[in-house]
Amino acid sequence: MKSFKLILNVWRQKSGNADGKFVRYEVPDVSEHMSFLEMLDVLNEALIGRGEQPVAFDHDCREGICGMCGFMINGDAHGPLPGTTVCQLHMRHFHDGQELWLEPWRARAFPVVRDLMVNRSAFDRVIAAGGFVSVNTGGVPDGNTLPIGKLDADRAMDAAACIGCGACVAMCPNSAAALFTGAKISHLGLLPQGQPERNTRAERMVTQMHAEGFGHCTSTGECEAVCPKHIKLEVIARMNADFLRAKLRSRD
Amino acid sequence: MKSTMSVTSRRLASFYQTAVGKKAVMAVTGLILFLWLVLHVLGNLQIFLGRDQINRYSAFLHATPEALWPVRIILIVAIVLHINSAVLLYLQKVKNRPIGYTKKGNRGATVMSRTMMWSGFALLVFIILHLLHMTTGTIHKDFIAGDVFHNLTFAFHQPTVVALYVLAMALLAMHLYHGLYSFTQSLGVSNPRHTSRIKPLAAAFAIVMASLFALVPIAVLAGFVH
Ligand code: HEM
Ligand code: SF4
Ligand code: FES
Repeated sequence: MKSFKLILNVWRQKSGNADGKFVRYEVPDVSEHMSFLEMLDVLNEALIGRGEQPVAFDHDCREGICGMCGFMINGDAHGPLPGTTVCQLHMRHFHDGQELWLEPWRARAFPVVRDLMVNRSAFDRVIAAGGFVSVNTGGVPDGNTLPIGKLDADRAMDAAACIGCGACVAMCPNSAAALFTGAKISHLGLLPQGQPERNTRAERMVTQMHAEGFGHCTSTGECEAVCPKHIKLEVIARMNADFLRAKLRSRD
Repeated sequence: MKSTMSVTSRRLASFYQTAVGKKAVMAVTGLILFLWLVLHVLGNLQIFLGRDQINRYSAFLHATPEALWPVRIILIVAIVLHINSAVLLYLQKVKNRPIGYTKKGNRGATVMSRTMMWSGFALLVFIILHLLHMTTGTIHKDFIAGDVFHNLTFAFHQPTVVALYVLAMALLAMHLYHGLYSFTQSLGVSNPRHTSRIKPLAAAFAIVMASLFALVPIAVLAGFVH
């Protein structure tokens, strides 16, 4: 098993109000089989052993599906590998003696909680504004009673793959949440169940997105390039189209 | 259903307040400016048909104020709205990331897409200078009202003037290179089946448009226009 040394410059910040700064750490024996988060676990064990505060970072599933993890590695959201969360990024993609800079997502809408951990509840409020379908519960409907075209079903599933990690916001030069919001709007808007609320959904989610302090989309494509779930820029066009249509048709 | 915003504030949160609304305004006004550039370049190219033709065209425009002024007003409104949304979005963007990255990677965003604000501002400066130069004649060294052919050929025998015009057209190419793709996203007309064609098409339009504009000063300087 190959093991090597890494030099980490980690953003340390005690709390949202405190000033932060980079602190340099050496991790002497990194195994190429570790994930990036396991490598940080090793660093944290050493820090605890020395009586120092461990580096705080978010994580839960560690299998790339929950969307909790994420920070910048040398300026790339979730690190250099496309289509990967930081928990699924393995150390074999790094080399001996490499120096890395770890920073939290930086956006007004994502305030730092501690170190590499940010508060992403702004996403929850964007969802609460319209990222749902209202249903009256009752008897279970028979399977396949609602016809859905195969292509629409596939595209809705692709958009539904978004795990809400926030990498799109972090990587965007304008801190826009357009990819995230567009993914939700496309996911629901492509399905028959999403039609009744399609206009109000777009209006409310876009308005909430703006109120939370997310920026505008300039179509640079940076979000698409780092999204661990390969959400496509077309979802942003769809969000824009739905929003414009809703504003034109609104009767309030 | 519990809403995160009150009904009144939702109604008040009008179209232009959102970034999506501002981008739509920017896309429509950018498109208007682009369509006007098509007309403008067709006018300019008449210089190759000789002194009489381009002067006759200019005289025709000035003799029909009922066509000239509506177009001018549309252009002024378009450019004011275009710049207004650009500046508001830019100020918002700066506010939205109070602490910048120490290291920031770039995963494929083009230089054109990252410099729209600056290519846009350079174009604004150019537009003002160009109006003072060729429309009012204020900064033209030998301006004769009504003699467009003379005004053009006189100005473009000066290499520094030609260099400035060509530079401005390079910036126009950059602005349109990204702008003509981005507007399809902003207005939501984008479809992945077409994206692979829209991008090269936008680039081609940008380069052809800027080259046709730049052709006039270059041709005059090179002595091809008599
Ligand atoms: C010849 C005049 C101009 C033309 C034909 C033009 C055209 C365009 C087009 C088609 C767009 C795309 C809209 C979109 O992204 O949806 C655009 C965007 C933009 N324009 Fe212009 N524009 C012109 C002048 C200006 C000026 C004078 C400014 C000065 C502030 C400016 C600043 C911008 C900015 C900041 C964007 C946004 C780019 C982005 O969000 O990615 N433009 N322009
Ligand atoms: S769109 Fe992609 S990058 Fe953005 S939150 Fe969803 S999964 Fe993460
Ligand atoms: S920890 Fe769940 S996606 Fe990384």
